[in-house]
Amino acid sequence: MANVQASPVATAADDVALSYPSPLKEFWQGFSHNKGAVAGLVFMLAITLSALLAPWLAPYNPIEQYRDAILAPPVWMDGGSSRFLFGTDELGRDLLSRLIHGARLSLLIGLTSVVMAMVPGVILGLIAAFFPKVLGSLIMRLMDIMMALPALLLAVAIVAILGPGLINTMIAIAIVALPAYVRLTRASAMTELNRDYVTASRVAGAGLVRLMFVCVLPNCMAPLIVHATMSFSSAILEAAALGFLGLGVQPPTPEWGTMLASARDYIERAWWVVTLPGLTILLSVLAINLMGDGLRDALDPKLKRAA
Amino acid sequence: MFSFILRRLGLLLPTFFGITLITFGLIRLIPGDPVEVMVGERTLDPQMHADAMHRLGLDKPIYLQYVDYLHNLATGHLGESLVTKDSVWKEFTTLFPATLELAVMAMLFAAVFGLLAGVIAAIKRGSIFDHGVMGLALTGFSMPIFWWGLILIMFFSVKLGWTPVSGRLDLAFDIAPRTGFMLIDAWLAEAADPSLNAGAFKDALKHLILPAIVLGTIPLAVIARMTRSSMLEVLREDYVRTARAKGLSPARVIFIHTLRNAMIPVLTVMGLQVGTLMGGAVLTETIFSWPGIGKWLIDAISRRDYPVVQNGILMVATLVILVNFIVDILYGIANPRIRHAK
Amino acid sequence: MSLLQIKNLSVEFGSDKNPFRAVEGLDLTVDQGEIVGIVGESGSGKSVTMMAMMGLLEGQGRIVADKLQFDGKNLLTISARERRKIVGKDISMIFQDPMTALNPSFTVGYQIMEVLKLHQGLRGAALKARALELMEMVEIPAAASRLSAYPHQLSGGMSQRVAIAMAIACNPKLLIADEPTTALDVTIQAQIMELLVSLQQSQNMALILITHDLAVVAEVAQRLAVMYAGQVAEMGQVPDIFRHPSHPYTEALLKSIPEHSKGAHRLSTLPGIVPGQYDRPSGCLLSPRCPYVQERCRAERPALTAQRQGAVRCHFPLYDKES
Repeated sequence: MANVQASPVATAADDVALSYPSPLKEFWQGFSHNKGAVAGLVFMLAITLSALLAPWLAPYNPIEQYRDAILAPPVWMDGGSSRFLFGTDELGRDLLSRLIHGARLSLLIGLTSVVMAMVPGVILGLIAAFFPKVLGSLIMRLMDIMMALPALLLAVAIVAILGPGLINTMIAIAIVALPAYVRLTRASAMTELNRDYVTASRVAGAGLVRLMFVCVLPNCMAPLIVHATMSFSSAILEAAALGFLGLGVQPPTPEWGTMLASARDYIERAWWVVTLPGLTILLSVLAINLMGDGLRDALDPKLKRAA
Repeated sequence: MFSFILRRLGLLLPTFFGITLITFGLIRLIPGDPVEVMVGERTLDPQMHADAMHRLGLDKPIYLQYVDYLHNLATGHLGESLVTKDSVWKEFTTLFPATLELAVMAMLFAAVFGLLAGVIAAIKRGSIFDHGVMGLALTGFSMPIFWWGLILIMFFSVKLGWTPVSGRLDLAFDIAPRTGFMLIDAWLAEAADPSLNAGAFKDALKHLILPAIVLGTIPLAVIARMTRSSMLEVLREDYVRTARAKGLSPARVIFIHTLRNAMIPVLTVMGLQVGTLMGGAVLTETIFSWPGIGKWLIDAISRRDYPVVQNGILMVATLVILVNFIVDILYGIANPRIRHAK
Repeated sequence: MSLLQIKNLSVEFGSDKNPFRAVEGLDLTVDQGEIVGIVGESGSGKSVTMMAMMGLLEGQGRIVADKLQFDGKNLLTISARERRKIVGKDISMIFQDPMTALNPSFTVGYQIMEVLKLHQGLRGAALKARALELMEMVEIPAAASRLSAYPHQLSGGMSQRVAIAMAIACNPKLLIADEPTTALDVTIQAQIMELLVSLQQSQNMALILITHDLAVVAEVAQRLAVMYAGQVAEMGQVPDIFRHPSHPYTEALLKSIPEHSKGAHRLSTLPGIVPGQYDRPSGCLLSPRCPYVQERCRAERPALTAQRQGAVRCHFPLYDKES
C-alpha cells in the first residue's frame, strides 16, 4: 500500500529479518505465490511483446492476399507448408500475421477504454463520495440506470448511434465500463473518508483537490487496480464481440473478433480459420483474469498476511 | 413482506424513467434527418417535411416531446418497424418467447451444474476436483461465447452430426405456435397428432441444446465460483457446527443448513447474470440463427430500423430491471434478516 | 461404570511434517448426573477435547486415544452413522455465542423440531407439543408465538435458551456447555447458569461445564479439571482444589478471582501467555511462567500423578508442600 512507512533507519545491530520488505517486493512475494498469475503474466508479456514488434515479427503484411494459397492449412496438417505457419484465410491472408497484428488492436482497445473509463470514473466516484447528498446521489442514480442495461446491449446501442469503427468501439466499451469504476471508487473513498488521517489532513487545511487525489485516492488504488485488470479483459471480449457482430473494427483490419465473423462460413472445411483467432482471444482473456486473481491476492489487504 | 415489496418498487421507478430518458435521447442523437430516422420517410419538399415534423410532434419543445413519448409508452404505442411496418410491441411479443425459452434453459443449465460444481468443490476444498472446477470456471468466465458457439457447432453439428446447425425446429415439421415455446408447442403437436409430428419434441430439444449451453457458459462459471466461495464462508459459521452437533447427516448439514445460507449471495449473482444473459442472447441468437429478441435487435441496427432499436432496447432494459426486482424479493424471502430490516 | 471415559486423548492439527498438538494425553471421566468443570485460558484445548469426542472436527484434527468410551460404546471405532445416532441425542452441546449458533434462515421452532424429528421420530401435533414444552422448560415467555420467530428477532439470552432447549430436546445423558454465558450480559449470565443447573438436576444429566471462570465452577461443579496448553494440569474434587490448589497454575487462577485475592494486593496474574505451536519449552509447559520454577522443571516434563481423589501434573505439588 502507498501509505506504508519505511522502517526507521536501521542500525547495524538491527536484525535484518525485522526490517520491512519494500512494498514492491512484498507485492511480488504475494503475486508470485499464485502460479496461475505468473503464467498469465508470462503469456501477456509475450502477447504485448509481439504486439509491439508486430511489423518485424509478422512474416507477412496482414492484409496482403495470396490468391494462390486460399485457405491453406497450417504447417502441421496434411497439405500445410512452412510458408504459412498457421495457414491462410478465405482470401489467402496469412493467419499468423493477422493474429500478431490483431494483438496490437486488442491491447490498444483494452488499454484505451480502461483509461477512458477509469479517469472519469474515478473523478465521478470521488465527487460522489465527497458530496454524498445531492451530487452524489444524482451520479449514483445515473450509474444505476446505466447498470440496468446489459453491457453488450448498451455497447451495441452506442455503436448504433455513433456508427461502427475503432474509435467508436473504444468509446462504447469505455462508457459501458464507467459505472463500475464510479461505484468502486465511491465505496472505497467513503470508507477512507471516515479514517482519522483524512480528518487530520482536513484540520491541517488541505484543499478539496488535495484531499481527493493526494490524500484519499492512493488508498483506494488496490481495488481499482484489480478492477482495471478485470475490465481490461472484458474490454477485449466486448471489442471482439462487437467485431463479430460487424459493429466493431471493420475489415480488412485484422481484429480478432472481426476475423471470426467472416470465418463462420468455413467451419466445414477450414477449422483453423475459426479456431485460432478465438483461441487467441480466450487465452489472452484467461491470462489477464489469472493475473487479476493474483493481483487481488497480493493487493487485497484483507487477505494479506498480518504483519 | 408487503411493505418490503413496496420499498423495492419505489427504487424501481426512477430507474425505469432513467431508461426511458436514455432511449428517448438515443434516437435524437442519431445523426441525420429526424423524420427519416424516425419514420423512414425521405422527402425533399420542405412543406411536406414540415408537415411530417408537425405530425410527429418534432416541432414541439424537447421536454414536451419527452412527455409525448411517455404518454405513448403508457398507452402501449411503441411505434412501428420501418421495415415490416408491424408494431414494435407485436414483434417483440412474437419473438420474446424464443429468447425466454433459450434463456430459461441456459439459466437452468448454469444453475444446476454451477451449484453442483461449486458445492462439491467447496466440500472437497484443495482436491484435484476443486482445482479442476475452478480452472474450468475461470476458463468459462473468459470465454468469447460467439467463438465457443462456433466450436460446438463445428464439433457436434458438422463433425458428429448430432445436433442441427441453426433455427428452432426442422422445416419438415409444421407446428402452429400456441405458447411460443417450441418445446411445449412441439410436445402438444406431437400429442395431438403423433403420426404427423412424431419426433417433433426431440427435434426441438436438439435445436435448443447447443444454444442453451453456449448462453449458459458464463453464468455457469460465475455461479460455480460464487457458490464455492460462499459455501466455504458459511461452512465456517457457528450454526453449521451446531447443525453437526445435532447429529444431522452430512447431506442435511450441507444442503439444508449450509447451502440455504450460501445461496443468498449466489442468488444475487444469478440475478445480475440476467443482464449478461440478454447480452449473450444477442451473440448466441446470431450464431444459431435463433429467431429471438437479440437477433431482432442486431438485424434492426444493421437495417437502421430505429423505432425497433429504440423501443426494443427499452423493452429489454425493462425486463432486466424487472427480473432484478424479482430477485430482490426472492432475496428477502431467502434472508429473513433483510425482510425484517427497517 | 463411568458415563464418559477418556484415556490418553491427543488431538493434532496441521500437516504431518509440522503437527501441532492441541490436546495431549488427556484423561477425563464423567459419571452420570454429576457436574464437571473444565477450566483453562483460551487456547488450552478445552473446546477441542469436547469437539473431538463428538466427532465435530470434521477430519481437520487427528485424534488418538487409548480409550474414548461413552455409555458403553467405543467412540473410537464407531462408524460415523452410529456416532450421529448418539450425537445430538445422548450427548449434546451448547456453544459460546448464541447469536451465531442458530441458523439465521430457519425459525426457532424449525430448529428445535429438527432434532426431535431426527432422533425421536416425532411428527405432527406431538412434535409441536414437545417443542412447545421444551420452550417452556427453558423459561421462554410467550413460547407458542416464539416458535415461529427467527433467531435475529431474539436477544442473546433468549437465543441461548433456545440453544439449550435444542440440546436437551432428547433428554441427553451428557450435556456439554462450552462457555455458555461468556457472550451474554452479566445480568443474564446468572439466569442461564441457574437454568442449566436446574435442568441438570431435573433431567439427571451429566454436565460438562467448559469455562475460564473458576467462580462459576466453584458454585455448581462437583469435580474440576484445570487445563493448560492442551494438558490437564490438575484434576480433583472442587472443595479439595479450592481449599488447597496443588498446581501452581491452579493457584494462580484461584488468586485471580476477586473474592480470593483478599486484602490490598493487586489482582495477581501469571505473566506471559500460553505457549503456542513453536515456543513450547522442553520441560514443564508452565515453567517459563511459574513462580516456583526449579531446575528440574526446565529440564523434565512432569507426568500426571494421582493425588487425593484426583491427579496433578507437577514435580513439586503445592499441596504436598503444605502437608
